Formats: sequence, C-alpha cells, structure tokens
Amino acid sequence: MGNLTPELAALRDETRDLAKSYGLDFYEVIFELVDYDELNMIASYGGFPTRYPHWRFGMEYEQLSKSYAYGLSKIYELVINNDPCYAYLMRSNAITEQKLVMAHVYGHCDFFKNNAWFSHTSRKMMDVMANHGSRIRRYMDRYGQERVENFIDLVQSLENLIDPYSPYIDRGTDRRRAPPRKDDQDSREVQKIAAKDYMDRYINPPEFLERERERLDQEDQQARQFPARPERDVLKFLLDYAPLETWEQDVLAMLREEAYYFAPQGMTKIMNEGWAVFWHSHMMTRHLCDASEIVNYCDTHSGTLGTSPGQLNPYKLGVELFRDIEERWNTGKFGVEYQSCDDPEVRKNWHRPTNEGRAKVFEVRRIYNDITFVDEFITPEFAEAQKMFVYGQDPQTGEIVILDRDYTKVKTQLLEALTNHGNPIIKVVDANHKNRGELYLVHQWVKGDLQLDEAMLTLQGLFQLWKRPVHIETVQDGKGRLLSFDGEEASTQEVTSSHPVTGRVGVGSEKQSEAEAEN
Amino acid sequence: MSVRRIDQDHTRFRNIVRGKIKHDLKRFVSSGELIGKQGQRYVKIPLPQIQLPRFRHGQNEGGVGQGEGEDGQGVPGQDGEGAGEAGEDPGQHMLEVEVSLEDLAKILGEELELPNIEPRGRKNVRTYAGRYTGISRTGPNSLRHFKRTFREALKRQIASGTYDPEHPVVVPIREDMRFRSMETREIPQASAAIIYMMDVSGSMGREQKEIVRIEAFWIDTWLRHQYKNLEVHYIVHDAVAHEVDQHTFFHLRESGGTKISSAYELCTQLIRDKYPAQEWNIYPFHFSDGDNWSARDTEHCVSLLKDSILPVCNQFSYGQVKSAYGSGQFKKDLDGAFRGTERVVTTDIMDREGILPSIKTFLSKGR
Repeated sequence: MGNLTPELAALRDETRDLAKSYGLDFYEVIFELVDYDELNMIASYGGFPTRYPHWRFGMEYEQLSKSYAYGLSKIYELVINNDPCYAYLMRSNAITEQKLVMAHVYGHCDFFKNNAWFSHTSRKMMDVMANHGSRIRRYMDRYGQERVENFIDLVQSLENLIDPYSPYIDRGTDRRRAPPRKDDQDSREVQKIAAKDYMDRYINPPEFLERERERLDQEDQQARQFPARPERDVLKFLLDYAPLETWEQDVLAMLREEAYYFAPQGMTKIMNEGWAVFWHSHMMTRHLCDASEIVNYCDTHSGTLGTSPGQLNPYKLGVELFRDIEERWNTGKFGVEYQSCDDPEVRKNWHRPTNEGRAKVFEVRRIYNDITFVDEFITPEFAEAQKMFVYGQDPQTGEIVILDRDYTKVKTQLLEALTNHGNPIIKVVDANHKNRGELYLVHQWVKGDLQLDEAMLTLQGLFQLWKRPVHIETVQDGKGRLLSFDGEEASTQEVTSSHPVTGRVGVGSEKQSEAEAEN
Repeated sequence: MSVRRIDQDHTRFRNIVRGKIKHDLKRFVSSGELIGKQGQRYVKIPLPQIQLPRFRHGQNEGGVGQGEGEDGQGVPGQDGEGAGEAGEDPGQHMLEVEVSLEDLAKILGEELELPNIEPRGRKNVRTYAGRYTGISRTGPNSLRHFKRTFREALKRQIASGTYDPEHPVVVPIREDMRFRSMETREIPQASAAIIYMMDVSGSMGREQKEIVRIEAFWIDTWLRHQYKNLEVHYIVHDAVAHEVDQHTFFHLRESGGTKISSAYELCTQLIRDKYPAQEWNIYPFHFSDGDNWSARDTEHCVSLLKDSILPVCNQFSYGQVKSAYGSGQFKKDLDGAFRGTERVVTTDIMDREGILPSIKTFLSKGR
C-alpha cells in the first residue's frame, strides 16, 4: 500500500500510533507520494483521479499549475473521504512538512469517520467515482463527446440546487405523478345534505355551504398543485419529472450523487480544518518535532493560520474555537451559572476545574456542523479575543471598511454567510405553472440578491432540461422579480406577491436546520 | 507514458477557449482590449462566459474579518469573498485565460482564412541553433549520458581484468563519465521587416491612431507567427518624417501639413541601409487619412513607390483611416496609379469595425 519511502513509512506508523493513542479513530489511511504536477492533476479532479472527463477539470488544472508555477499557491495536503482514506504527500516537501501533513491528515480522517454529517456519505467513493467515469465515457462513445459534455455543463450549472439536509431528515416521499394537465377547471358542485325542503335552511345553512365550497376549492387547488410541497432538491425533481432520455437521467443521477457526497465537506469546512490543525499542532509540538525542526514547523504552521483582515481563515477560526471549547470545559466555564453571570471580571477568572475539555471537543466533532458550531461556541469573550469584526461598504465613500465589533453582529453575519454554504436557497414550487406545465422556482431570500445576469443564463440552461418555459421568482433591491425564459425570449418583470401558493410554506418547519439570524 | 486523463481535459478546455476567442474575435479586435495585456509571448484574455453560470448571490457587501483596527478603518486585501465561501468556488473573479501570441495568430488566420506566407526564398538569413547530439568528457551531471558512461566503465574494467561476469558490478570512475554536449548548427531562417508609416498631422485624431494601433498589433501578431525573425520600424510624418520607437509612434500628436513623400523617402533609405531585398521579406504599411500636401507630392510618392519601394518589398499596404477632416484623395490616387499592380493593396477603414476586413485584405494575398 502506498509508495512511501522507508523513512516516511516509519514516520507514518509513528504518527498513526500516536493519533490512536489520543483517541482518534479513522479508517486505514493510504499515503501516496506524488510530485507537484500529479498533485495538481488529482486536485483538479476533486481528489479522484478516475473521475469523468470534463473540460472544467482541465481548466482547474491549468489554474493550479499556473498558480504553482508563479509561486502563488501550493497544495500541502489532499485527503479523500473513503474507506480506506487516501492522502497525497508532495514529494518535494521537507520531512518536517511531511510530518505535519500526516498528523493533519489523521485529524481529517478521524473527522470524516466520526462526524455525524458525514455519516451518509459513501465510503467507497473511489469506486463510485471510477464507475461514474467509465459510464460517462461509455455514453460519450455512444452519443458523442460534445452532446454528453453539453448535458454535463447544464447539470453542473445547477449542481448547487440540492437539499444538503435531506439525507438526515425524512421529508416523506412525493411519488405522485404530475396531475394530468387538464383544462376543465370548473369546480365541483357542493353536495347538500339530503333534507326535506322545509328543513333545508337548518340542515344546509349558508355558512355551511360556504365552508364546503372553500374546502372543495382547496382540495382542487391541492390536487392541481404539483409538487405538493416546495421541493428544495431541484436536481432530484428534474431527475424524476423532466423529460430526459435514459442516459441523461443516468448522468444527472450520478452528478447529483457526487454533489451530495461533497456537500458535508462544505458544511463542515471550519470544523474539519480546525480539528485537523488542533491535532497536528498538538502532536507536532509534543511529540513529532525535534528541536531542530521547530522553527520550520512554526513557519509552515503560521502560514496555515495566517489571517488577513478581509478574509476569514477557516483553519484559524476552527482551531481557536476547539481550543476555546477545551479550555472552557476544563475550567468549568459552561452551564447555567456561568451563562447567567454578568460580571466580566468573574467570568474571566472563573476557575472550577472540571477537566471535561477533551471529552467535550470529541463530542463537538461528532455532532456539530459549521453553523451549529459557530452559533453555539462563539462567545463574546471569544469574538473579542479573536478581534473579530464585521466589514462592509461605507455608504458614504463606498470603500470596504470595518463596520462593527459587536459580537452578535459578527455572529449573525457569519451565520448568514454559512447558510446553505453561501448558496441561495431555491425551491421548485410549481411544475404546472399556469396549468401549462411551466416550471416555477422561488428563491427564498435570506440575505443577498441573486446575480441577475448569471441567473438568467442559468435559467436558460434549465429550460433545456425542462423543455417548457421556466421561471424563477426572487427579490431584487427589496422588490419581487420574476425572471422567465420561454425558449426564445428572456424576460424580467416585477411581481408584487409571491407565487399564489407561496414558496414560503416549508420555511417554518425548517428552522431547526437552517441558520436563523439571531435577535 | 500514456496520455494522461488531465491532458485530454486540458486540451478540451484549451479548444473551448480557442472556440470562444474565435467566436468573439471581432469584438476583441474592435475593442482593442487585448493590447496592453500583452506579455512577451502571451496575452491575457478575459473570458467571463466560460465559467458555467449558476444561481448565486451577487456582489458580497460584507463579511467577517479578524484583526486590529478601529470602526470605519479600511479593510485591505478584501477581494469579495466572504466567510464560508473559501471553498471550491472561485468567487467573482473574472477568469482570465492566457493565450500565446502564436495561438492567437493561428486563430486570426483560421477566422480570416489567411493563407500562409511563402517567404521569398532567394537567400535566407541563417540562425544558429544548438542541439544535444554530441558527446563530451566533461559536463554537468544533469547531462550525463548513462549508457555511454556505463559502456566506458565496462570497457575499462574488462580491459583491466577487474570485471567478474559472476558478479557483474560496474563502477564508473571519473574518466568513464560521458556527457551529452551541444552542437551548434546553422539553420536557414526566413526574416521579415515591417515598416509602419503613419500620418500624424493635425487631422489624425486619437481614435484614428487607436485604430492604427489595433491594426498594427494584429498584423504584428500574424507576421510574427509567419517569420521567426521579425524586425519592426516605425516612421511618423507630417511635413517631415522621423523614425521613432513604438511608444512614440502611437502616442505622438503633431500638427501641421502632410507630405507623404517624406515618409516614403525615409522608408526607401531605411530599406537601402538595412534590408537588402535578397535576404529580407519587407512589408511597408502606411496609414493616413488620405490628405496630402499637393498633387505634386502625390506624384512624387507614386514614383518613389514604383522605382524604389515596390521592386524590393513583398507588398506595399496602404490603410486609409476615415477622419472628419481627411479628403481621402490619396487612396484614389494610389488606386489610379497602380491599377493592376497586385503588390499594392489599399483599404478603407471607416471605423473600428473596419479593422478586421482591412487586415484580411492586407494579409490574404499570402505574399
């Protein structure tokens, strides 16, 4: 397994045993030694060298290679969530860096295996990706590269329209076929309860008839309404109901599966990196580094954790949070009494040794994701110690400036940015819009308008899949907008209200999973 | 080594880029946006439309940062990527693709269906090129010829009787080392000289010069693709002519009369001094708005062309840029004087849209 030099193999064994002794728990890790070009190549394929062919990976490769050649960036480590885990080491790295990378990788592998949000990802993804690759190649042979590639382009451009929480929540299945597109919309007659003429007034009073009529209308409405509830997994909806050829369905299903595989990595970026840094720094400084290496280690390590004012470093934020949690749970800074204490002096000097810190960080790495992690563990003290701030445009000068250091604002801003991994939340609300089989999507506005020109292009791609006019309702500068494309003409109009049945139906029930702005 | 998967995808990507550039060539040419993005061998071309579109949030108005600073203090290094977006998305950066000038010339050639130039073969300039074909006893280790070294060592060991076939260990010593060495060879090389002449009299405005500049860029690109060894000269003239450098050529603003013959005389002299016709492919280009001092001077120009310039150059090209003041008479005069002479090519460039057709006319003769 792997192709490590004897020296590196020995180092791997040492690091692995050390990691295990700390309670890290991972699938076997296979390290491969590769040169920078191979690493760039593998990274372009998202870590899977056998992935399906697509020009976008070639573009990625060109950018990585250029940026490496100009000395702008260098990939240190690449690790794949799989059983066994695969990790790549750059051949040209010095031994200290290799140690660091190995320790870091064991952190990631433990996270992959134990974090709940990864529990639904396939652990045989290497094989799955290879199968996808060969299937797509076969389709290319049969239907032509251009044709298959164009279809992949369309799907990739909708790739972010999945429901990242669906693997964990049973939303029920909506297996109904689309209702027949019929034109007779006459509502049914209200059935009176049989009664003698003189009793009719009492047995069938007008209020009752009115209620009945409303009920029937609603039933009709629901029967016509398809999907019955707004569907956030747009890819799945297309897979089930768009008029696609068999091979197209297969390609769409494969790409959707890949999107779901990668989703938890987006949902836990801060935690995953934080956890890996937490462990590499722990193991390096206590065990793996000898005195001659410590300066090199610090140099590399500080490069990883460096912050620039305008960009939040997930490595830094993650590791600081884990350290803070460990410290708090070691000194008893938690629970009702601590929470309700208002005296900053007392809080600061709080010391009731509980030594639950280590257990707590392991628990956190098991059940949290970035949103809940940030929401629960960023405290006023933490935000202040980390000098966190909110930046934005100065309304007068238009410059990007520091706006506020208030901790609730910092947290709100951060949570909003993390919501749905920064992607807009978009749902299918009606697949039979205007009773003409048109597809109606609603952008559930949380914060931030859509990039309109790009949205229109995406919509045009969607049309090619749905093959009937498509619409998306969104909010722009506080006003409702409806973008439509009917195959020939793209149009934008203002809409005052949202779609009759409103896309906001599902919102309430999703509060447990979605980041909600605090206060 | 077999073809790597990534190479196929990369080639595919490059082809898509080429396709996009070809498709938008007209826009690139008339906007002139490629010039100035030009490096030694590459141009950077902004291609936003190559990214797959997505539903995504627009301009990010804020985010969370870390560090010192008062409220209201500027945030440096802020490039539009907020927290949580550090993932795989490239953010809102405009994608710039590097394309080599060589490729650009090919694209231009394909799009305009330009024929390759048949260099005049009489006598070509020779250049020297080194190739690693020789073997020497000294050299850097990176050039060590393993097989030869081994053979020498084996020879020596057999000769000295230290070689044991049962235990065939061959250890080369310093004297056995052989290295690849470079041998220089002369290879024939076609060479070309371009001489740009431009009227900088008062009537040539900023826009007219911009048009000339864009056109010159593309002509340069094409001819460089055709000739390895290309020399370029710039002549500006109003009533008198001067040879200038590239920057001056495009930025100089003179005012005054126009005596075209002055430029043609300087051009003749330049050719006579530097570029013997049997060794060089010579391409004079002249751009003006068509006004000349007098009919007498125009006659003088015609005779200079006939007697001195045409006999030695591959093709004489005249581009007449429309300006508010120019009469456009000069082109008519040239066309009249050189009717039936294929080696004089004249075009009218009305505006930026006219650049591409004009280039096509100039270069489609394959001369």
